[in-house]
Formats: sequence, C-alpha cells, structure tokens
Amino acid sequence: MDNIAGTKSSLTWAVHLSVALLVALWLFPTVGLLVSSFRTADQIATSGWWKSMFPAVQNLTLRTAAPSDQVQEGTLYVLQGNLFEVDGNPRPEATISVWGTSSRNIDAYEAGQTADMGEDGRLTVQENGQYRLEGDTEFTDRRGERVFVTAETPPEFTWRNYQNVLFDPTNREGMTKAFFNTLTVTIPATIIPILVAAFAAYALAWMDFPGRALLIAAVVGLLVVPLQLALIPLLRLHNELGIGKGYLGAWMAHTGFGLPLAIYLLRNYMVGLPKDIIENARVDGASEFQIFVKIILPLSFPALASFAIFQFLWTWNDLLVALVFLIDSTGETTVMTKQIVELLGTRGGNWEILATSAFVSIAVPLMVFFVMQKYLVRGLLAGSVK
Amino acid sequence: MHPAFQGLLTIIVGVGGCVAYYYFSNQFLDRVLCPARGKHAGRNINRANMIRPWLFLMPALIALGLYLAYPVFETLRLSLTDRSQGGAFVGLANYQQMASEPKFWEALTNNFLWLLIVPAFSTMFGLLAAQLTDRIGWGAIAKSLIFMPMAISFVGAAVIWKLVYDTRPLGQDQIGVMNAVYLSLGGDEPQQWLTIPFWNSILLMVVLIWIQTGFAMVILSAALRGIPEETIEAAIVDGANPFQVFFQIKMPQISSTIVVVWTTITIVVLKVFDIVFAMTNGQWETQVLANYMYDKLFRANDWGVGSASAMVIMLLVSPILVWNVYNARKEMR
Repeated sequence: MDNIAGTKSSLTWAVHLSVALLVALWLFPTVGLLVSSFRTADQIATSGWWKSMFPAVQNLTLRTAAPSDQVQEGTLYVLQGNLFEVDGNPRPEATISVWGTSSRNIDAYEAGQTADMGEDGRLTVQENGQYRLEGDTEFTDRRGERVFVTAETPPEFTWRNYQNVLFDPTNREGMTKAFFNTLTVTIPATIIPILVAAFAAYALAWMDFPGRALLIAAVVGLLVVPLQLALIPLLRLHNELGIGKGYLGAWMAHTGFGLPLAIYLLRNYMVGLPKDIIENARVDGASEFQIFVKIILPLSFPALASFAIFQFLWTWNDLLVALVFLIDSTGETTVMTKQIVELLGTRGGNWEILATSAFVSIAVPLMVFFVMQKYLVRGLLAGSVK
Repeated sequence: MHPAFQGLLTIIVGVGGCVAYYYFSNQFLDRVLCPARGKHAGRNINRANMIRPWLFLMPALIALGLYLAYPVFETLRLSLTDRSQGGAFVGLANYQQMASEPKFWEALTNNFLWLLIVPAFSTMFGLLAAQLTDRIGWGAIAKSLIFMPMAISFVGAAVIWKLVYDTRPLGQDQIGVMNAVYLSLGGDEPQQWLTIPFWNSILLMVVLIWIQTGFAMVILSAALRGIPEETIEAAIVDGANPFQVFFQIKMPQISSTIVVVWTTITIVVLKVFDIVFAMTNGQWETQVLANYMYDKLFRANDWGVGSASAMVIMLLVSPILVWNVYNARKEMR
C-alpha cells in the first residue's frame, strides 16, 4: 500500500474481475431458467442446465419396431430400422456407446456388438442407432424388443414448451388467458393514477393554500403504510358497494396504493420546474387549468414516465392485490403470478412448464426495463435521495 | 363482455371521466360560482383561487383517504373485535391469542432476522457494485445487468431460485446448482435446502437480496458521483490509499444516502409476502408476518387475529414513517 502507482494496474484487474464475478453471479439464476425453458422435460430432469451447452450422455429406453414389420430373408426373420426413429422423426445425431437388453444390465454390449438372446433372436445395434434383429423363428410378441442404450446426444433446444404454454388452446394450464388478464389489470391501473396524481401534485407544488404542508407530510407518511392493512377493510367496502371481486376492484385498489408514490414523485419534479414560466403564463392571463395542461404536463414528461414504469412493473408483478381483490372462485380472472404459484404447487417437478410460464410473465417487464431504464433510474433517484 | 373490452372501456371512462371532472369543475368555478367579472370580480378571483386547489386535489384525497388512511383505523378497530361474535368488542383478546401462538413468534423472529440481514447485505453489495462499476468502461452494462432482477416479479424470482435450490435423489444428476456445487465440494448427499430450518430462511432472504441489490446500487452510485472531486484529490495527494479514500472520505459523505437506502429496503422487507408464499408458504419454520397475516385472514378466516398481526406490521413501520415525515418537513422549511 506504500506505492500506489505500483499497485494500480493489478488493482484495476481486480476491479474488472470482481465486477465480472458479481455480474455472473447475479445473472446466473435467471439464465438458468431461460435455458431450461428451451429444453425438453427429459433433458431438464436428467442433467443440470449448465451442461446443456455440451453433448450430454443419457440413458434411454428405446424399442425396436413391432414384429408386425418383420420380413423374411431366406430362413431368417428380420426386423431392422433405427432405434431413435419415433413416429418417423429421426434423431441421427445421437451416438450410442453401450447398450443392453435387460434393465439390470444396460451396458452389456458395445455399439456394433451382437447380443444373443436365445430364442428371442440376435440383436445388433450400431453407433448411430441402426439395429438388426434376426430370429430363426417368427417373432410373435405384440410389441417390439426393449433396448437400453447409453447415448451421447448433442445440445438440443426446442420451442415446444412455448408452443404448449402459449398457443395450445386445449392446455388448461396455458398462460394465454392469464397473460391478457394481467394486461387488462395493468393498463388502466397505470394510466388512471398518473392522471389523478398529476393534478394533485400540481396543486401541492404550485398553488398556495392553507394545509398544504400538512397534506404533503401526509402523502410522505402514506408512502410507507403497508397495503396489508388495507386488505380486509377494503374487501368489505367493495362487497358493500357491490363491486365484489373483479377488475374494477383491482383497478381501484392499484390506483389507491400507487397514488402516494405518484404524488410524491410528481410533486418533487414539478417543484423544480422554472418559476418564471408559470408566473409569466399567469400574468398573460392563462387559467390554472391551461397552465397545467399546456405547460406543466409536457414539461413533466420524464417524471410521468418514471412513475408509469414503476406502476406498470408493480401491477404486472403483483400477486397480493390480485389474490384479494381480483380472482374470484371461478378463476376466470386469474393473472400470471397467481397461475405460476398454482403451477408451483401442482407441477412442482415439471420444470419445462414452470420455467416457460415464468419466462412468459417475466419477458414483458424485462423488455420494459431495458428499453426505459433511463426513466426508471431517474424516478428511483427522485423518489429516494431527498 | 370480454375483459379486454372492459379494460378498454375502463380506460376511456376512467381517463375521460377524470379529464371531464377536472375540466368541467374548473369551468363551473370560473363561469358560474365565482365569475371574474361584474362588481365582485376581485373578490371572486380570490375565492376561486381558494377553492381551486381542492378541486385539483379532490379525487386524489378521496382515493388516498379511502384506500390507505381509512383502512389503518378500520384495521385497528377490527383487531379489537371478534367476527364470530358478530363484531363485538373484545379488547386485546386477539392480541393475546396471537401472542399464545408459536407460529406468530416464529414469524416475528424471522421478520427480525430478515430486517437485520436483507438491508445489510443489499446495501453492502449495492455499495460494492456501485463503487466498482464506476471505475470501469463497461460499468453501465454491468450495472444494468445487476439492476435487472428489479423488474422480475417476486413470484418469478421464486421460480428462478427454486430451480437453484432443487434437489434430485442421490445417484441422479443434480439439476439445482446449489446441490451440484455442494456435492462437488464433497457433500455426502443432496440436501432438501428449503426444508432445513434457519438456513431455509436465509435462502429465501438471498432471493430478496438478489432483487434489492440493484436498487441500492443505483442510488448509491448516484451519491458516490455526487461527492466533490476535490475531497478525493486532496486525500490522494495526502497519500491515502484507495481503501482509506473509500472508507474515510467517501463513506462519511454518503452516509445519509445509505440511511435512505437502508430504510427503503427495510420497508420492502416488512411487507415481504410473495417470496415466502410461493416458495415455502411458511412451512419448515420460514413464516413471516405478512404471510402469517394472509394465512389468518384468508385461510383461517380469523379477521381479528389477522388484523392484529397487520397492526404489528404497521407498528414496525411507524418509526420509519415518523422519521420520513420529520425529514420531509425539515426540508420544506
């Protein structure tokens, strides 16, 4: 530490390395889920996702064709084809290393060797899955012979999970309906509080009236009131008003819960707008309403955008408000977060469904995040550092 | 009616209604109630200016009052009554019943653990990330990647981390990173991480730390950049090493921001619900207050005890509430 100049370059390297490590650590879990959503159920269950970039060695149970396909070659009865062929879909890339005909001895033979199964015939399996089963008598079983192979399969990714989750109308656990329900909740619940808050924020920032300071203090106080307190009283209120559970209740609840932050952010921003513009407009005879609509709103665009992103992320990602105010016993109005929690309960082990569903719900906020990050950061700074 | 149309209609009715309210109430004030002409023009203008702020504020005040202020008092009242006795006043009986339940104490203890660990580690990692990324060329990209979990829902994060903590029986390939690492470091058998008391709570906290670090980093990085260059230059000229510069020059100057970050994360922690609900649902001693309250309200249908536990959360939040209001008022003077 005595010689800063000497240690500087090694320190810079240390900084680069630590940041890379930190980023990798923070990204790793999400990437895991993303990669998993492109793998088949089999692949996910048999190997960690980090191995999916490399060829995987798998133990598979395959079958030869059914004896009805046998042909007679002289005195021999022969069945041949490719073990990997399922319903005419070949998977020629896989490479078999060892195989067997009994589940207790799955590595009895190497690729290319012939297994003598006595009166069941003689089976030869090649590396690429080609097999030939010969028998001296006719094969009479109804189904084909089971073959246990250990095969190296190349990395393989599929869109099928997304097709199932999004575009299969017969899939009752699909996310399509929940996706549109979420969207239906989110958009009004983002736009309405902005409008209400903008007027209030203008009054709190630029109009002088008794009790203003008290109101601002109240907004700051309400900023931290946990919405947990509001659940039962508001549910009762909604029932008494006849709204019950449904979109209207959810929109209103989101509006109410989002308002303190909206007013706070917008007021802080509007207070910083140049005083001259507003006073000049007043002198020129503009009404307060005109000043607000023609001057304040356009100038406040960055703050409006910040809050819109917050509110959008918060309503899109919300679970609690949806559970309490939106989703009734029919489940018609279920949102994606609720659907995923349900899948966690019923399909806890089916990672291909879970990962894909989760990514469908995460994708939109992530896009918004990366596109509008500037406004998000700005809003965070305005809301916290004061 | 299709919900999409209903949504569209709400936007039109809601937004249109709001705009119409603001526009016509202003027109009404200026044209009918207090017109700025005739012999009382001056008085009327003054009056209109007294009334107008309340027109602008009215919808917001109603919504805030109904959706946030009223529930605080109503919940307090509910916590002192018993629903099964037709809402009769029962004094502190609900609180006594709550205090006699071990699950409540478990939730409270866990909440305190969350309060200690999550803000501390989020702030620490955030500070580390802010300090390191400010010095390198690709810092902006690194920041945006560390900040990314902020956009992911708690439920989505729960799924992401459940895969990390996943367990497969011994002998099979582990698909959860945590068990894979554990076994490769010489662990004897795969662990069911989320069922091991104490450590499972920590593992749930990791999820929230992962989400909140980005927030802390963004705020602290702005604060670090706001430090006057001269103070740092002077320290370097005086021979301070990078660590001394950081701990003795920079840290004291951003201490108030650290407090803000810490308290903001504290409030998030007090409300944490989704993560526990989705990952363990309070089993295996991972209960927290918000989930305990949800259990009481909507599974046991016990509004009295549920409201009482909500009041406990409110009580824990209130010091921060008072502190924030105090600071806001100080600033305005």
